[in-house]
Amino acid sequence: MSVASPTTSTVSRRVFLVAGSALAIGVSVQAGLSNPVQAAPSSSPFEPNAFIRIDADGAVTLTMARVEMGQGIYTALSMLIAEELEVPLSRVRLQHAPPDAARYGNPRAGGGQITGGSNSIMGAWEPMRTAGAAARAMLVSAAAQEWGVAAAECTARDGVVHHAGSGRQLGYGHLTRSAARLPLPQQVALKPAGAFRLIGKPVPRLDAPPKVNGSAVYGIDVRLPGMRFAAVATCPVFGGTLKAVDEQPALALPGVRQVVRTARALAVVADHTWAARQGLAALTIEWDGGAGAGVSTAQIRQALEQGLERQDAAVAVSQGDVPALLTAAPRRHSAVYHSPFLAHAAMEPLNCTVHLQPGGCDVWVGTQAPVRARDAAMRASGLAAEKIRIHNHLIGGGFGRRLEADYVEQSVALARHIEGPVQFIWSREEDIQHDIPRPMYADQFHAAIDAQGRPLALSHRVVGSSILARVAPGAFRNGLDADAVEAGLGPYAWPAARLDYVRQEPMDGLATGWWRGVGPTHNCFVVESFVDELAVLAGQDPVAYRLALLPATSRMRAVLEQVAQQAQWRAPLRPPAGTSEPGARRGRGVAVLAAFGSFMAQVAEVTVQPSGDIRVDRVVCAVDCGMVVNPDTVQAQVDGSIQFGVTAALWGEITLQGGRVEQSNFHDYRLLRLSEAPRVDVLVLPSTQAPGGIGEPGTSAVIAAVANAVAAATGQRLRSLPLRVG
Amino acid sequence: MPQFELNGRPVDLAVVPDMPLLWALRDVAGLTGTKFGCGLALCGACTVHLDGEPVRACQTPVSAAVGKRVTTIEAVGATPVGQAVQQAWIAESVVQCGYCQSGQIMSACALLSQVPQPTDAQIDAAMSGNLCRCGTYSRIRIAIHRAASTGGTP
Repeated sequence: MSVASPTTSTVSRRVFLVAGSALAIGVSVQAGLSNPVQAAPSSSPFEPNAFIRIDADGAVTLTMARVEMGQGIYTALSMLIAEELEVPLSRVRLQHAPPDAARYGNPRAGGGQITGGSNSIMGAWEPMRTAGAAARAMLVSAAAQEWGVAAAECTARDGVVHHAGSGRQLGYGHLTRSAARLPLPQQVALKPAGAFRLIGKPVPRLDAPPKVNGSAVYGIDVRLPGMRFAAVATCPVFGGTLKAVDEQPALALPGVRQVVRTARALAVVADHTWAARQGLAALTIEWDGGAGAGVSTAQIRQALEQGLERQDAAVAVSQGDVPALLTAAPRRHSAVYHSPFLAHAAMEPLNCTVHLQPGGCDVWVGTQAPVRARDAAMRASGLAAEKIRIHNHLIGGGFGRRLEADYVEQSVALARHIEGPVQFIWSREEDIQHDIPRPMYADQFHAAIDAQGRPLALSHRVVGSSILARVAPGAFRNGLDADAVEAGLGPYAWPAARLDYVRQEPMDGLATGWWRGVGPTHNCFVVESFVDELAVLAGQDPVAYRLALLPATSRMRAVLEQVAQQAQWRAPLRPPAGTSEPGARRGRGVAVLAAFGSFMAQVAEVTVQPSGDIRVDRVVCAVDCGMVVNPDTVQAQVDGSIQFGVTAALWGEITLQGGRVEQSNFHDYRLLRLSEAPRVDVLVLPSTQAPGGIGEPGTSAVIAAVANAVAAATGQRLRSLPLRVG
Repeated sequence: MPQFELNGRPVDLAVVPDMPLLWALRDVAGLTGTKFGCGLALCGACTVHLDGEPVRACQTPVSAAVGKRVTTIEAVGATPVGQAVQQAWIAESVVQCGYCQSGQIMSACALLSQVPQPTDAQIDAAMSGNLCRCGTYSRIRIAIHRAASTGGTP
């Protein structure tokens, strides 16, 4: 360990609230146990804080404050703790945190116990290292006391404390009892970056072994003695109710045990999922669509467009006299963009396993928001918080869908009528048709342009549903949804700018939710498309046009220059590949995004076939995301998030007719396949800045880069997603 | 009672013959490594081997397995190809959420069993029925090439 100018970190109360006696029920990710198990009590465990437990046998158990849904956070959090705790990663056992925002809240998410918004590393960077360093300091002190030497003469490495002078050493397991009696240190020194042994090095994912042999346990894999399986149907019209059903056709089938209902939904309970699905299919259910039964996407789009004309928008940014500049400018350019509803379509369909008893309620689920899941179970069961036990699991894809707890609330409400544990599984159709979709938006831009094509002023109006107003009403102030307008002006230094917002909800009963990339995903598409339009109008190169607009000190400049170089931006594109049809056109597009504490630029290359089919051939991405914890994960997240975004650019769209979703499964909600996946080259710029987020910016930026590439290929500007070449 | 060989052992599951193999494996035999994704053979998450051939368990009735060998993700690692693929998957850190990876690995193993050194076009053809929402496709391709180069053939 280096002693050169270590940074010190104050040990906050939050980090050091000692874990209570009720340990979380954990799933060993390493061992891949097929069932949740109660963590075995140890005779004298050392639990200096809510994240670390060391047992007398030397076993190290780390509690994961964030949830693992593919983004690699279990590995990264473990690296942060282990870096300072000085334990080998190969020996740590991981467990999911219980709902407890006081101990597991994310300081970068307003203290909420939330995994989302690409802020996990930002929020964990200092607290997790501090937790590890403080625990190590106590273990070192305990050894020093035992040996009667100064703690400063001792060092820790690989779970063992060494005394250099005498060559003596003691494993952490021998020190748990004495370390537990020591006071918590008030301050600890954190390693300087130059001394990192784990952070910044590519580390294999800790959750990979159980995920390649079938032993990883997701919520849908929970198996309990006597457990039954339930297939669920909710009124297909948003906001509608269950009117009538004859249960007999289902009950007549072998294996079907029960049909249970709520006001809006119904479940067939059976011995196995097949009988439950068969039972559901046998029913003729009468629904009452109610007021929503006439709503269509076209109507919602019309309402959004009306919002573009409203005079009472909430102003997010107002800088300079934009109206006067627009009136006086030699040239103006305006455009309206449309973004569709999007489904999350995670590969693991929504599911929730419930055992509701008079004295308490156990819920086995994969959730990005354990406290919200608990609160939903409280509402549905009528039980107090301390009677609810949320057993979290690995998540088979979240993307924002599992920030919601609607499926928990529905499952617990249905479970009120069922004896014993029951697993509720949504069909794929149910999952897509009762998603809480990313909102539709309409966006309008006006730009005032000088004689050389340079912008004098920009105005951007965002119209759409407010997720924030529903999820966190306190954060929705003066009619402004800060998420809906995030990154709404791009990273540019506009001479004058106005950004405003009009809330327009789609229909009663249809909640909208966060989707990968949150606010910046829709804003990056519209802002970067419009900036491209301005560059074309000015007759300028899109990269040069952007560089001229970026502030001189912006971290984006180097990122954009790097991506242009790496993508050979100024070299002519190769002609279409031999597999293309005659008449295929190619194009290259660029987009930049500053969001989630990271700075990203992408160049996409596309081929547009005469039929209109678009293929994304290659994406080059440069990113400055500050200091990197696990470079391998950063590469994987950028690549994967780009693939995720390509689906949205080319095909992603949920539409409504008669108040119900028209899509139902992967044949009409198309996802990118391996043969369609672009080659992605990722360039991570070295940085000494604080870490930024990396799970989402790739998705946000690629949609715009692809849209700009299609415009370059065809000369046709598409202002509506998904991209359809006419 | 449908009788077949499941991961090397004879089984006699007390299920109706038209039950899809997926639910028989997950809910009756207790093998949850095979995943439910779509129910219509559109996503490949439920891929298993039937006499070595990849099939979608959600659309394969148990009756179709009678007298045959069914291999799932829990046992595929016992074969040289399966072991090579799983090791390549770990070495390349392919997985993200991991939910689709059982099916990806089963499809990859079937491919490599028949084509020990597949081209990119052969990988495209064999793997494009397996959706991955996390977008791990680049690494799946690399890992298949890696598994091919490390042998895996008996």
